[in-house]
Amino acid sequence: IACLVMYLFAEFDDAANLLAANPDATTISIDEPVEIPKNQHSRLQEPGREEDDELLGTDDSDKTELLAGQKKSAPFWTFEYYQTFFDVDTYQVLDRIKGSVFPVPGKNFVRLYIRSNPDLYGPFWICATLVFTIAVSGNLSNFFIHLGKPTYHYVPEFRKVSIAATTIYAYAWLVPLALWGFLMWRNTKVMNIVSYSFLEIVCVYGYSLFIYIPTAILWIIPQKVVRWVLVVFSLCLSGSVLVMTFWPAVRDDNRRVAVATVATILLLHALLAVGCLAYFFDAPELDIPAPIIPAHNGTTVITKSH
Amino acid sequence: FPGLADVSISQDIPVEGEITVPVGSHSPDEDYSTLDEPVKDTIMRDLKAVGKKFVHVMYPRKSSALLRDWDLWGPLVLCVSLALMLQGGSADSKDDGGPQFAEVFVIIWFGAVVITLNSKLLGGTISFFQSLCVLGYCVLPLTVAMLVCRLVLLAGVGTVSFIIRLIVVGAMFGWSTLASTAFLADSQPPNRKALVVYPIFLFYFVISWMILTFTPQ
Repeated sequence: IACLVMYLFAEFDDAANLLAANPDATTISIDEPVEIPKNQHSRLQEPGREEDDELLGTDDSDKTELLAGQKKSAPFWTFEYYQTFFDVDTYQVLDRIKGSVFPVPGKNFVRLYIRSNPDLYGPFWICATLVFTIAVSGNLSNFFIHLGKPTYHYVPEFRKVSIAATTIYAYAWLVPLALWGFLMWRNTKVMNIVSYSFLEIVCVYGYSLFIYIPTAILWIIPQKVVRWVLVVFSLCLSGSVLVMTFWPAVRDDNRRVAVATVATILLLHALLAVGCLAYFFDAPELDIPAPIIPAHNGTTVITKSH
Repeated sequence: FPGLADVSISQDIPVEGEITVPVGSHSPDEDYSTLDEPVKDTIMRDLKAVGKKFVHVMYPRKSSALLRDWDLWGPLVLCVSLALMLQGGSADSKDDGGPQFAEVFVIIWFGAVVITLNSKLLGGTISFFQSLCVLGYCVLPLTVAMLVCRLVLLAGVGTVSFIIRLIVVGAMFGWSTLASTAFLADSQPPNRKALVVYPIFLFYFVISWMILTFTPQ
């Protein structure tokens, strides 16, 4: 037995000597699990899994809260304070617009694109563009609809620009204000995990209005069916962005309150679209103008008109 | 002064001389001589400055004269003449006509201020009044287009006249936008140039739309 023990010690010595001579030799130890690096999976890899994490963004929300606190530290009466709201590059604005037009299911617009850098450039200039697009398209559409009529005299309808501006800017600023106030109030009653700042809500609303710009241009086509299809289509796209943004903020609440909130958001959005369509764009006439046939036997044909 | 350490002046040699400070003019009155000059000279000097800037706008080159000596006379004259020419548009009711004088005025000045604020907030280095000056002066091609439109409309209102007006207004709109971009684009950070150019495009587009849709009574 002593010989066996001596032999074993010799083996260990050999191994130790070998290791000492060759310290870089790979040794496999069996009880070590293979390490998976935790943060290496990109956000876009698995959309289905970890939906809550993506929507809530809890992994970096703390960090972003801290960063947000550090960023906007200039006092509000200086110019630099307002410059922090315009701290975006061209590609960022284009990305945000793309994100509002092509909503990725399961992704939250605010967490994915805004990431605690809400800007006022997008909402302001998208609203301005929308105002003028609706006014110009409405004017053009009315011109084409009434073109052949002898009694029609073209008018620029410039007053409608100020009405459009009031409506759209009121929607883009007052509705986020009301929504933010409502969410803050519910936050005092129910502990919501997700809460948005006022500027982030303004940002989401502003960028979600972008889809209405090409829609307004396409509304020039004087077909009722085409116009209503466009309304439904754009409402689905931008409405889904809004729903996916605000559902996580209210779903911890009472069920009925949550559903009512989301339904109100969608209803107001639809009301804006339908209202603009009804007010700025005259109803298209029917294609076949019924001519007035001179009365042979006392009957007249009345031309169809709306 | 180490070099003068060994220079000594003996006590009995008087040091004398004259110390004079050369001045450009001998009396303060001649420095501010614009007070005494004839009124014609004063007006001609300002008119020449405005005219030189008009030439710079019509042939936009990379010169900084427009930016350095800004003035707002030119924009005011252009804005007032454009607003005046847009009067007399047809209206069945007061609500449906073209823009009123005050509306044109407000759109041009308020639009220019908003664009200037926008470019400054995005980090531009141009000063507030310089930007207003450039934007105002670049309305000149559109004012020329308005003049041409009114002349064409005197000849007749039809498809041909509309096509001529469309081409003229479109060309002048492009000229205005390019001229103002040429002056303003350099002062912006490079990755935000498109963000600054787009509102300028929108601004001149709205003015062009007002000019194009002008229909006389």
